[in-house]
Amino acid sequence: MYPRQFDYVAPSSLEEALAALDANPGAKVLAGGMSLLPMMKMRLLSPEMVVDIGRIGGLGDITDNGDSISIGALVTHTEVSASGLVQEHGAALATAASWTGDRQVRNRGTCCGSMVHADVAADQPVAALALGATMVAASSGGTREIAAADFFVDTMMSALEPNEILTEVRIPKAGPGTASAYDKLGRRGGHTDYAVAGVAASVTRSNGSISAATVAVTGVGNRPVLAAGVADALVGSDGSDAAVEAAAAHATDGIDVLEDLYGSVGYKTHLAQVFAARAVKAALSAAG
Amino acid sequence: MSSTSVLGGVVRRREDPALIQGRGRYTDDVKLAGTAHVAFVRSPYAHAQVSSVDTSAAAAMEGVLAVYTAADTDHLGPLIAQVPVGALRPLLNSGTVKHVGEAVAMVVAEDPYVAKDAADAVDVDYEPLPAVVDLKQSLSDEVPVHEGASNTLISWVGPFGADEAALAELQEGIEAAKQRDDAVVVSQEMINQRLIPVPIEPRSVMADYQAGYDRFDIYSSTQIPSALAGAIGKYFGMSMNQVTVKAMEVGGGFGCKLNVYNDEVLVAFASRQLGCPVKWTETRREAANSTIQGRGWVATATVTGTEDGEILGFELEGIADMGAYSQNFTVAIPFLGLFVGSGQYSFPTYWKMDCVTTHTMTTDAYRGAGRPEAAYYLERIVDMYARRIGMDPAEVRRKNYISADDFPGAVSPMGFPMDTGDYATNLDAALETAGWSDLLAERDAARAEGRYVGVGLATYVEVCGFGPSGLVDLGFSWAEYQMPSAFNGSSLVRVHPDGSATVSIGTGPSGQGHQTTWAQIVGDGLGLDVERIRVIHGDTEEAPPSIGTFGSRSAAVDGAACYEATGKVRAKAARIAAHLLEASEEDIEFADGAAQVVGTDSSVSWGEIAACAYQPHRLPEGLEGGLEAHAIFSPGNATWPFGTHIAVVEVDPDTGDVDLLRYIGMDDCGNVISPMIVDGQIHGGIAQGIGQAMFEDAVYGADGNLLSGSLVDYILPTAADLPSFELDRTVTPSDINPLGVKGIGEAGTIGSAHTVVNAVVDALEPLGVTHIDMPLRPRRVWQAIQDARA
Ligand SMILES: Cc1cc2nc3c(=O)[nH]c(=O)nc-3n(C[C@H](O)[C@H](O)[C@H](O)COP(=O)(O)OP(=O)(O)OC[C@H]3O[C@@H](n4cnc5c(N)ncnc54)[C@H](O)[C@@H]3O)c2cc1C
Repeated sequence: MYPRQFDYVAPSSLEEALAALDANPGAKVLAGGMSLLPMMKMRLLSPEMVVDIGRIGGLGDITDNGDSISIGALVTHTEVSASGLVQEHGAALATAASWTGDRQVRNRGTCCGSMVHADVAADQPVAALALGATMVAASSGGTREIAAADFFVDTMMSALEPNEILTEVRIPKAGPGTASAYDKLGRRGGHTDYAVAGVAASVTRSNGSISAATVAVTGVGNRPVLAAGVADALVGSDGSDAAVEAAAAHATDGIDVLEDLYGSVGYKTHLAQVFAARAVKAALSAAG
Repeated sequence: MSSTSVLGGVVRRREDPALIQGRGRYTDDVKLAGTAHVAFVRSPYAHAQVSSVDTSAAAAMEGVLAVYTAADTDHLGPLIAQVPVGALRPLLNSGTVKHVGEAVAMVVAEDPYVAKDAADAVDVDYEPLPAVVDLKQSLSDEVPVHEGASNTLISWVGPFGADEAALAELQEGIEAAKQRDDAVVVSQEMINQRLIPVPIEPRSVMADYQAGYDRFDIYSSTQIPSALAGAIGKYFGMSMNQVTVKAMEVGGGFGCKLNVYNDEVLVAFASRQLGCPVKWTETRREAANSTIQGRGWVATATVTGTEDGEILGFELEGIADMGAYSQNFTVAIPFLGLFVGSGQYSFPTYWKMDCVTTHTMTTDAYRGAGRPEAAYYLERIVDMYARRIGMDPAEVRRKNYISADDFPGAVSPMGFPMDTGDYATNLDAALETAGWSDLLAERDAARAEGRYVGVGLATYVEVCGFGPSGLVDLGFSWAEYQMPSAFNGSSLVRVHPDGSATVSIGTGPSGQGHQTTWAQIVGDGLGLDVERIRVIHGDTEEAPPSIGTFGSRSAAVDGAACYEATGKVRAKAARIAAHLLEASEEDIEFADGAAQVVGTDSSVSWGEIAACAYQPHRLPEGLEGGLEAHAIFSPGNATWPFGTHIAVVEVDPDTGDVDLLRYIGMDDCGNVISPMIVDGQIHGGIAQGIGQAMFEDAVYGADGNLLSGSLVDYILPTAADLPSFELDRTVTPSDINPLGVKGIGEAGTIGSAHTVVNAVVDALEPLGVTHIDMPLRPRRVWQAIQDARA
């Protein structure tokens, strides 16, 4: 486990960090290091420079913006899962963070890092999708906002440019009648480890029917992805178990389901449906 | 707890403070000035002709000291093995490589980073050849693993020692039973999958050749320090006293460090060539393809019995995966399975395992080594039979046990004499502890609610504590390693002039608690506080030669030697004390750090006794100076521990997810020296068995690539995945050693995998599932449910 040689800088301001990225096209941002360092040690990735953002002030907070909440680049999984704000407005994300890896990983790894890393079986990206999150990216040229739906581009590839830093994940506050939930089967069984399949759902109930829904699936395809078929079938329905189960049958519509060590195509398709139903039911019951 | 402790109850492990505070010293912690580091160039192909190896770019890199290929090392010969059946491993191979990860070249550099960079820069051209991974395909010899040789290395047939006529008669008997009107025949092919041993300290070796003195200091995380010293001596034409091997904290071994490895020899070679210390520590990814693996059987088990639970015959026929080359024990592992092929039962058993090569890493001893596999097939098929005839699985087992009345003198149907056993008492104790009938009622109630709860039971007998010394007659020999071949134990107990004591012992523990156990034996024998006793193991300079720690043998063999050496020291000390106290030797007893005349307050401390011992002029006439003794214990048999395990599970039928709710172990390892250590061994053993049942799987692609070679995909059980085990024990002392102990290092693993599988199959019985191959990952369980429903 010996990485190739690389340079290391630990700037104390965002500007310096962005300048370092501009100056070194082969550089990689280091946050919690839970994914970057193993890849470097296995020589799957050999950046010429590592820009450690851990000493930059102001990136470690979860803030209330009035109509949204922001999760800064250095906020850990543990902090996300324990945050009252996140639990209230993005329960799916709080749950996903609490089921990410083990305690050590949750104490070091960051929510933003998990987004950028965009693992095919990661937990939190689907919660961001279901919650309609916005990714705020900074570069020396300024900041831009990327909708979560446009962020996860391909296998382990986000829409972020190499010279950008994801400074915050912004989640709109949940309005009345809106709630979210996440459920998965972990590779170790139960909720432990990466998702064999996992589904995050956000639903809004008004006047006895579902007026809005966003559902996203992880673990089954090449990236965390929206399951529009489920959401479409839910909207306008009464949210009965039968309606939810009928909608959940669309969990992998339009998704190219891939086999891996943890599941065949058939099994993963089935699991996505099971967890779509479970997540939607949990969200509906939380929405009241 | 119904346990007895021969030596005084729960003692905390003395080794733990250093280990849990991160202050233990492991091989990789050894720092010597000027140490060079090794990286290996390894084959990415399972089977390929190496057409060229270009080391020039690597050799030219700054900081690189040497790059060696087979041309440099072939003169040393292949890797030696204790049971050299089949092709032996070349130290380096630039001919035809036979598995992914096989070492092609070795780079030595000033630091490990440069070494790895240079290894990446070695340019090797391979011409890939077809690989064979599947066991049945290998058996057909369609694709030879080694050109011109059959893939089948040996077939182990049992009962042991039966000639052809006896085997034919046995098979005819079972065949006739199958024809009976009331015969029930249950047969199932099952896979006992390959596993990757994952000790917490990967293997690590450092060789320091001291040219000025023509001697070696070798530091290695090995379970067999004396054998490594002998091997290094043999390769370099040195005598035993020119090579010192030190195994410090070994950080787990589970059998995978019970080999002398090619890398150990190569690191020593490089140190001699370069005149500096040379170190290599394997990385996890490397370990998955270059440290031995375990299990890897496919076999069909068949039980023939009556409708009322009398088993008339058991047959096992299958294939075991040896990997590409034979290392220390490779082909002997299924033979260890044959030892316990008929378990604790009395029914006729026919057993045949073909040992075949494949283009994969070598297999060898992994916790249990052949016995978990053998027990798995037996206990799964007996369970299936019980289910088929609708009888309580506990009753079926009880009905077919070897009776307690047959001991001493019982001989298993496989032809092996057993020491002691009382299986029914153990089974009853387990059923009572678990609340068997309540468990079944709770399961039935859950079923009525539509839940899939299952209760699994399995019993086992295991064979360990090798000895008998005569095992060498069966073809096991340490002579290859310049060692005495006998499977005996050895210990040296010395009392220092201040009355403290040191026991030097030839064991090579990797976490078994020897610092505590040997101190307890000596302390108990001498009436000395354990804190006054130092334990030295894993150091060939200090300890008498011995064959190390494996096969749950240390307590029963070296522990017995320790006990006997202690007795000799005590006898001499009693003479000195009697002399000093002007009393009769028979009236001397030892306690609280002193010798005392029974029934008086006349006493003399160990310090005074020892001081006298080292001043011969003060000793009674005819007594030599000094206070130490050496004992070699040669066991007459192995020991045969046994037990009963019970698991309760619940399955989510929508996902196939298995929740292990309870796990109960009732083990019998004879007398117990240290209850806490015994429980710890059982805990770890069960965790490893559950690991096989539910998580672990060395998955090879058809091209021979290991697909689960990192800890991301090779899923190990963690404490968080397991319930709190409920343990208790029965005590049936062994009669083959003076301590009455049997081994306990592997029993937990031997008893557990099938217990969990039996429970899951029980849970899914209402759906018609009769068998699922391990590991019971959700995908498999779900698929089995689909198949049963279809
Ligand atoms: C043992 C283990 C178990 C795990 N189990 C799970 C699991 O069950 N579920 C799960 O979802 N994940 C799991 N993970 C992965 C882990 O949760 C995340 O991938 C990880 O936390 C990413 O965050 P990080 O801060 O550690 O990122 P790093 O490792 O530091 O970086 C990851 C990648 O993101 C980039 N990056 C990080 N932060 C930024 C930023 N702010 N701006 C731009 N680029 C950035 C880096 O350059 C790098 O490419 C596990 C990891 C380990 C080691």
